[in-house]
Amino acid sequence: MLCLEGLVKQYKTGDRALKGIDLDVPDGQVMALIGPSGAGKSTLIRCVNRLVEPTKGSVRLNGQELTKLGQGELRMARQRMGMIFQEYALVERLTVMENVLSGRLGYTGFWRSYFRKFHQTDIDEAFRLLERVGLDHMVDKRADELSGGQRQRVGICRALIQDPELLLVDEPTASLDPKTSRQIMRLICELCEERKLSAIINIHDVLLAQMFAQRIVGLQLGEIVYDGPPGGLTPDVLTQIYGEEDWESTIEAVEEEDGDEVIDEEPEAAGGDQQAPDLGRDRMAGMT
Amino acid sequence: MPVQEKDELKSWQRRDRRTQLTVWAGYFVGMMVFVWCWQLMSEETFWDFVWDAPRQAGDMASRMVPPKWGYINALWRAIWDTINIATLGTLMALVLAVPTAFCAARNTTPSVTFVRPVALFIIVSSRSINSLIWALILVAIVGPGVFAGIIAIGLRSIGFCAKLLYEAIEEIDENQVEAVTATGARGPQVLAYGIIPQVLPAFAGISVFRWDINIRESTILGLVGAGGIGLHLSSSIANLAWTQVSVILLVIIVTVIFSEWVSAKVRHAII
Repeated sequence: MLCLEGLVKQYKTGDRALKGIDLDVPDGQVMALIGPSGAGKSTLIRCVNRLVEPTKGSVRLNGQELTKLGQGELRMARQRMGMIFQEYALVERLTVMENVLSGRLGYTGFWRSYFRKFHQTDIDEAFRLLERVGLDHMVDKRADELSGGQRQRVGICRALIQDPELLLVDEPTASLDPKTSRQIMRLICELCEERKLSAIINIHDVLLAQMFAQRIVGLQLGEIVYDGPPGGLTPDVLTQIYGEEDWESTIEAVEEEDGDEVIDEEPEAAGGDQQAPDLGRDRMAGMT
Repeated sequence: MPVQEKDELKSWQRRDRRTQLTVWAGYFVGMMVFVWCWQLMSEETFWDFVWDAPRQAGDMASRMVPPKWGYINALWRAIWDTINIATLGTLMALVLAVPTAFCAARNTTPSVTFVRPVALFIIVSSRSINSLIWALILVAIVGPGVFAGIIAIGLRSIGFCAKLLYEAIEEIDENQVEAVTATGARGPQVLAYGIIPQVLPAFAGISVFRWDINIRESTILGLVGAGGIGLHLSSSIANLAWTQVSVILLVIIVTVIFSEWVSAKVRHAII
C-alpha cells in the first residue's frame, strides 16, 4: 500500500508542481493518472522514488516513510519500486540481457555487476521474464536494434526483475502506435494481476486509461480533481481535468471498444516509435 | 520587416532594407581593411626576395635530390622512438584525462563549485601550452631524450582528451541514467551501466584521433631535444645535409599516412 500525504513539490524556479496531494494506492490496484501536460503527473511518480525530491509531505510504502531515508536506505527502497519510462530509457548500447539484469544492480556487488557476473537465480528470472513478454529470442540483441514495442517490453522486464512491490509507470505508450500501446498496457496490467502488484500509470490517452485501469485519478495543475472508477469520466469531468473540448466522441469510442476491439488498423512498424495518432490522442494533442 | 504588403500581394525577403544595407556596409568595410593590410604588407616586403623565391626553391629542391636513401638505416630507431613517444604520451594523457573529464562534466562532477573549476583549469592550462613549449621546459627539467617527449605529449593531450570527453559526458541521455538510478543501483554502478556505455564510442574516437595528432606532433619534438626523428631533422638542417632532410621528410609523411590509416580503420570499426 502506497500512501501519499500532503505531498508538495516546488521547483527552484518557483513552480508549484504538486500542491498537497493525498492519495492511497492499495495493494494490487492499477491506477491511471491522467491530466494535461504540466499537471504534475511525472513529478508525482518521481517524488515517490525520489528521482525528484519532494518539498513537503510524506510518502509511505507499506508503512515505511520514504522521504526521510538516507542515501543507502533510499537505494534499498528504490529496489522495491520498479519504474517504466516513456522513451523506454534502456541503455542503448547494452544488450537486452544486460538491460534486464540492470534491474538487479541493487542486489549485486559492484565488481560482480561490472564483470557481468550476475547470480544464476537472477539470470534464470531474466530468461523467464523475457520469455513471458515474448523476447527470449532477442537476448543478445543490442537495445537500439529493437522496435519501440520490443524496447518497452525490455523496460517492463527490467522493472519486474527487481521483484518490486509497486510499479511506477511514466507514459508507457506515448511513443508507441495504437496497437502496440494496447499490447503494452495489457501486458503491464496482466503482469500486475499475476504478481498482485499495485501500479501508478501516467497516461495521456484517456481511452487507454479507461480500458485498462481499475481506478482513474485526474490531476490538474498539481491538484487531484477526479478520483474514481473509469466509468465516472463524464464530459464534465474531462472538461474539469483538461479544459473545454467536445468530449462526447472520446467517451463514445470507449463504450464501443469495450465490446470488441477491432478498430486497430496500424501494423507494428519496425521503427515503432513514431506517434500514430488515433482519435482521442489527436484531440489531446490539439489541446496541450 | 521582411514581409511587405503591396496591393494584396505579400512579398517576402530574407532581410529588410536596413539589415541588407548593414550587411553590405559590413562587406565593404571588410574589403577596405583587406586592401589596406595588403598595401601595408607589400610596403614591408622585399620584393626582390619574393621574385627570387621560385629560383631559390628550385635550388633547394635540386640540392635535396636525389634523397640519400642509405641514410634511412640511421632513422629506424628514431621512427620507433617517435611512435613510442606518441603512443605512450597518449596513454598517459588518457589515464589522467578520464578522471579530469568526469570531474569537469556538469552532470558527473562531485562538486560544481569546488572540483569543476579545478578540472577546467587543468584542461585550459594543458591546452593553452603547445607541446613544443612543454618539451622545451621538460628538457630543461628532466634532461633531453624520449622521456621528456612522452611527458610533453602527455601533458598537452590531457586537455584535448578531457575537453572532448567531458563534452560527450554532458551530452548523454539522462533518461538512461535516471532509469539505472531508479533500480536502486549504487553510484559506481550508475556510472558503469548508465554513463560509460554511452560515452565509450566517443572515448575510443577521441583516443585514436589524439594518437594520430600526436604522431605528427612528436616528429618535431626532436627540434628542442626531446627525442624522436626531429633530432635528426634539426641536425641535418644544421649541417646543410639537404639530401638527408628530404629522406626525413619522406619518412615523416609515410609515418603520418600510416597513423591516419590506422586511426581511420579503428574509428570505422567502433562507430
